Amino acid sequence: MDFTFTPEQDALRKQARDFLEANPEPSFAELAELGWTGVSIAEEAGGVGAGFVEEAVLYEELGRALYHGPFFSTFALALPALPDDLRAEVAAGTTSWTLALGPLVPDLDTADRIATVGGDGIYELEGAEREVLTTTDETRPLGVVRGGTVGRRLADSTVLEEIATRSNAALAVEACGVARRALELAIEYAASREQFGKKIGVYQAVAHPLADAYTQLELARSLALWAAWCVAEGDERARIAAAAARAHATEAAVRVCETSIQVHGGIGFTWEHVLHRLYKRALWIQSFGPSTTRLRAEIAAALLEGGQVFHVPDLRPEHGRPDPALAPTTQGG
Amino acid sequence: MDLRDTPEEAAFRAELRAWIETNLPDELRGHRGGAMRFEGPELRAWSKALYEAGYAGLTWPKEYGGGGAPYTHQAIFLEEMARAEAPPHIGVIGIGMAGPTIMAHGTEEQKARYLAPILSADEIWCQGFSEPGAGSDLAGVRTSARLEDGHFVVDGQKVWSSFAHIADFCILLTRSDPESTRHAGLTYLIVDMHSPGVEVRPLRQMTGESEFNEIFFNSVRVPVENLLGEVGGGWQVAMTTLLHERGTLGFALQAALEVQVRKLVALARDRGADPLQRDRIAREWIEMQALRYTNYRSLSQLMKTGLPGPEGSISKLVWSEANQRVTKLALEILGPDAALAEENAPYGGYWQYQQLRSRGNTIEAGTSEVLRNIIAERVLGLPKSR
Ligand SMILES: Cc1cc2nc3c(=O)[nH]c(=O)nc-3n(C[C@H](O)[C@H](O)[C@H](O)COP(=O)(O)OP(=O)(O)OC[C@H]3O[C@@H](n4cnc5c(N)ncnc54)[C@H](O)[C@@H]3O)c2cc1C
Repeated sequence: MDFTFTPEQDALRKQARDFLEANPEPSFAELAELGWTGVSIAEEAGGVGAGFVEEAVLYEELGRALYHGPFFSTFALALPALPDDLRAEVAAGTTSWTLALGPLVPDLDTADRIATVGGDGIYELEGAEREVLTTTDETRPLGVVRGGTVGRRLADSTVLEEIATRSNAALAVEACGVARRALELAIEYAASREQFGKKIGVYQAVAHPLADAYTQLELARSLALWAAWCVAEGDERARIAAAAARAHATEAAVRVCETSIQVHGGIGFTWEHVLHRLYKRALWIQSFGPSTTRLRAEIAAALLEGGQVFHVPDLRPEHGRPDPALAPTTQGG
Repeated sequence: MDLRDTPEEAAFRAELRAWIETNLPDELRGHRGGAMRFEGPELRAWSKALYEAGYAGLTWPKEYGGGGAPYTHQAIFLEEMARAEAPPHIGVIGIGMAGPTIMAHGTEEQKARYLAPILSADEIWCQGFSEPGAGSDLAGVRTSARLEDGHFVVDGQKVWSSFAHIADFCILLTRSDPESTRHAGLTYLIVDMHSPGVEVRPLRQMTGESEFNEIFFNSVRVPVENLLGEVGGGWQVAMTTLLHERGTLGFALQAALEVQVRKLVALARDRGADPLQRDRIAREWIEMQALRYTNYRSLSQLMKTGLPGPEGSISKLVWSEANQRVTKLALEILGPDAALAEENAPYGGYWQYQQLRSRGNTIEAGTSEVLRNIIAERVLGLPKSR
């Protein structure tokens, strides 16, 4: 058991942090030059051949930097549906994608091509008219598509489950990146701002909510990284881990941002301060896809009606049997 | 990053799982805990069995009766114990606090004398830190220790001392310099609870039973060999104890929560849960998993760098509050039956007992307020409130 990042993953994070601080609005082609667009694409398809954990490092850093562009829509949504030749174009940075899962399509202002779900397949949508809508979070617009013709069949709709899992995991990690930045800002502020002759961080009414914010964020991050690892490894728990991670992390991120705004006082309520942008991204993440209550309903169903419950650490299949369903115990419930 | 067991860890887990299946008596499985666990000889026998199989004190050095195993084995051990709903070793304070403190600060003679009997469950330990006037603010300790011809003479009163009524030894924080205040002038002693002048009075808890006690020390003579650390250096030694009380217990706490959530799920399967309750069950399962993986992260950091990750400091706070929510939710699911108790209640009153006992969780081993102060000051680096 090892739940730490490799030196290469740490280096990727550092590269991402430094690059995005210097270039807050990179183009998709610039991301390709850094190798980020091919990170989880196999080498045979022109990618880097790393995995979803590396991609998760990028989601976290891109979230922190409030990156505006089609990274999420290309990799968390469309990628599982793309055949190898199209993956190669994505890896090279020549095409980005979005996927119309519902009426509101993310990154429609920046994605080059559009995939859509129809019947038992996922197809390219060609020649559609795009209307980008006004969104609270200006850094990740949604839009609607009209008309167009159904083009190439990209994949069976069976990949939709993988897409749901990937996007839940990606959003969970991204939420952690957003929340980390909001928490860091609050800590800096609480340690420097003085009122009533003392640093405000001395007051427990300030310090304790920050301790709680830290606690919720660390819990969220543990779940998000667990989910990312499950996705990377094709672990059988990936679906439930990703649902758990997104349900927890999105609510935590919204709360951490709210705590940070409160700790900042008036300045935290201004348009100039970055906090409202972080907050709006957290709210965007919470709004996308199934609601957190819906995700918990799925988990409850797995726990209460499912045949498989994942309380117990993995026995490697070669070393023992998988955990059987949790039957009611006789003693003590 | 690889969250699977290594082949070596997996072999350990499989062997352990099989051992528990064979050796854990059915009547100890899913036991409700509490003071009644001390009544019969079963728990001592189970603890001894753990010791003889090499599972007690897994991470302790072999020369002191431990297993000399890496922390990952301890994590696996606690997960498997939770999975089987097996009761923990009876020597909670000895294994969790006294032992590690003796290993860190004790002389060779002390290590040789005290450590193995803790693991074999032959000797039970208690912790004498809190006093009527010194709780969260432990530096206010007043129980005195006077050095007098090769002995410390101890006078004073301790309170809330868990297991003191069955304990053979006490880790005692005293004030050896009557002129001193606060952190200086404290001395840490190992006290034989069978010494003349030691009087233990059980205190009744809101659960109706007595797990904790008052201890009165009336001119109790403690040989100087029982000094742990330096005279006047008791505060540093006490900090080691508290670190272990809150820190290395992380996995034990997660394991306890896991048992609780398993039982909550089983209860809901048994009696049904409405949609809002189902939502809360899912929340608790998620938080339990979050605690597990947070402990994994902290442990992995420890294995790699020798220092646990800072996120480990949230374990006790998270567990205690989660345990309170889980047990209260169970009572809601029980509906009107929640008002019943003991043998008249479903499942022998398990949930009624657990819910009441959980109120102590946010007080014992550092209150939640004190833990939030610690996170704010030591982890987040906010200015000190005191
Ligand atoms: C079940 C149980 C078992 C125990 N077992 C043992 C044992 O084996 N050995 C032992 O030595 N002790 C034991 N204790 C005692 C425990 O450590 C103390 O109760 C605890 O440290 C709190 O001290 P206190 O009770 O004096 O409360 P106080 O310290 O008086 O606290 C009262 C309230 O004030 C709050 N408060 C105090 N200081 C601050 C601050 N700086 N900031 C914010 N809020 C603050 C507290 O959080 C609490 O809510 C046990 C307690 C319980 C409940």
